[in-house]
Amino acid sequence: MEEREGEQLMAETERWERETVRRWIEQVPERAERFSTISDLEIKRLYGPWDIAGTDYLRDIGYPGEYPFTRGIHATMYRGRLWTMRQFAGFGTAEDTNRRFRYLLEQGQTGLSVAFDMPTLMGYDSDHPRALGEVGREGVAVDTLEDMKILFDGIPLDQVTTSMTINGPAAVLLAMYVAVAEEQGIPLDRIGGTTQTDILKEFIAQKEWIVPPRPSMRIVQDMLVWSTRNLPKWNPISISGYHIREAGATAVQELAFTLADGIAYVQAGIEAGMDVDEFAPRLSFFFDCHIDFFEEIAKFRAARRMWAKIMRERFQAKNPRSWWLRFHTQTAGVSLTAQQPLNNIARVAIQALAAVLGGTQSLHTNSMDETYALPTEEAVTVALRTQQIIAYETGVANTIDPLGGSYFVEALTNKVEEEAWRYIHRIDEMGGMLAAVEMGYPQREIAEASYRYQQQLERREKFIVGVNIFRSEEEVPIPILKIDPDVERRQVERLRRIRSNRNARRAESALKDLRHALEVGENCMPYILEAVKAYCTLGEICDVLRAVFGEYREPVII
Amino acid sequence: MAEPKIRILIAKPGLDGHDRGAKVVARALRDAGYEVIYTGLHQTPEMIVNAAIQEDVDAIGLSILSGAHNALFPRIMQLLREKGAEDIVVFAGGIIPDDDVPGLEACGIRKIFKPGTSLEEIIAWVRENVKPRRVPAEG
Repeated sequence: MEEREGEQLMAETERWERETVRRWIEQVPERAERFSTISDLEIKRLYGPWDIAGTDYLRDIGYPGEYPFTRGIHATMYRGRLWTMRQFAGFGTAEDTNRRFRYLLEQGQTGLSVAFDMPTLMGYDSDHPRALGEVGREGVAVDTLEDMKILFDGIPLDQVTTSMTINGPAAVLLAMYVAVAEEQGIPLDRIGGTTQTDILKEFIAQKEWIVPPRPSMRIVQDMLVWSTRNLPKWNPISISGYHIREAGATAVQELAFTLADGIAYVQAGIEAGMDVDEFAPRLSFFFDCHIDFFEEIAKFRAARRMWAKIMRERFQAKNPRSWWLRFHTQTAGVSLTAQQPLNNIARVAIQALAAVLGGTQSLHTNSMDETYALPTEEAVTVALRTQQIIAYETGVANTIDPLGGSYFVEALTNKVEEEAWRYIHRIDEMGGMLAAVEMGYPQREIAEASYRYQQQLERREKFIVGVNIFRSEEEVPIPILKIDPDVERRQVERLRRIRSNRNARRAESALKDLRHALEVGENCMPYILEAVKAYCTLGEICDVLRAVFGEYREPVII
Repeated sequence: MAEPKIRILIAKPGLDGHDRGAKVVARALRDAGYEVIYTGLHQTPEMIVNAAIQEDVDAIGLSILSGAHNALFPRIMQLLREKGAEDIVVFAGGIIPDDDVPGLEACGIRKIFKPGTSLEEIIAWVRENVKPRRVPAEG
């Protein structure tokens, strides 16, 4: 913008405020003194060219498929290929989940996403005392290679991509997946998918860990190296903001902590002796999509631009694919309400739309009944159909980044980016995310933000329909998925049968070799692979990790 | 506060890591004048009951989102009875389907709060229902 033109606009805007706005407000006062996003970023009455006067189109916004990727990582975005519709699923035994997977594939879902139960996430077998009541409840129970084979029975692993939400024991589950592919006769360079493996965000937010942060990072490093060299189509780490946000973080915190985690993983890869361009193209991201529509779109756009800068400027990556921030999105579970659950369908639709307008590569839409239990088949179908309606009916996928150039969206993108850099610099000063996590810094920031938001709800400065506004006395019950209580017994039976039928000597020596590899600092992946093939259980393998590295106890912060 | 300070243990049984609710409630109760102890995550029934007795609390607030409540809550109540601490008031929140509520109440849980309950409501309930268990021993 020319300087004179700018001055003239400023003068005109002031005039508009003084004359038109003031006169109007005298008659119709505004609804609030201050307007802000759900994360409490202040929002102005009107945005105009003056708000993005410092923005240079070519430098800051640019073209899709080109640096800095603000408008999208691909040249044609959804005109070429729609996002992957990937519903997260897992419950009961491997047989139950296998049936749900096949159902979802028949309904037009294009990728699989496995939810594991809590004992699996924590590296305990189904018959561990701590697994009591948890087996198959919040995901599928996987104890041994046998369960993994059943989970993917009849699903050729070269025809689908599979995302596995697993962190502490990610190396073990990846090894099982690889062993299943080998049994199906599929070459390893043809299996594609993702293991979450984002252990830093476990300490920050999701809290399913096994060993302390530093040895955890070393295991991630082994996996990153092994996967880069053996599984060219695998995404070994999905750097996840989702859980950070669900734990109560703001949009800015979600973005900043996630990128700071990403920086730590890139550093780990480089420290393991790899060239940044050797592994960075396979790093992917996972974000939440909350209900504040424009803030989320701005967050996704800012995320792409920031990661591109981090990779090109900070890590000197040369391959443009290393600059890409590819991401999966899940709508915000935390925004759903138990009250008037059908309203959740509307919330999810709005969030899914924001994710698409933000340029996501894949999407999970939550089901309306998830504040009660895992979703029923009917509820999950509506959630999937919501994505299909956005993709095939609304026309929003016809052009790239349709909100690019909006004064508001561009200004908000800049604002979110600016605030996120502030956090990243702070974390850099602390010595990086690993050190910050050990100090409890992100954990504390999130707890603060989450309490602040709850207070805003209590004061009715923020609203949730059906909860603190428009409540109804009569609640209409919805059907809920029940997990067969017999799951635990059947799972434990199978586990014990496998323990007694396997070649005990092979299993024992596999665990011994793994222990040795961990102690001498050799890459542990080949040893874990041998252990799962020897039918060592998840719990036994994780016990070796615990024996070598100790267990993690978190500092209690409220 | 004029009355003796009431002590409340906020506990996270089960393996899930969803501690947003537990922490928010813990802070709100603390801000409302209660003495609050938070156990941290992944607590077994034994750990929770031991902590409650050691800390001599008047109430326990359980938060669980893993779906294991039907297995873990009755166990906690049983352990409290075994230790002669059944007068500790136990309330709970998290993801607990309506159908499970009567069974949990029958085993002695005094109140199950649904998702979306306001802090004000929880504090009001605690004020009404939690009293000091006994006059603390002198000295």
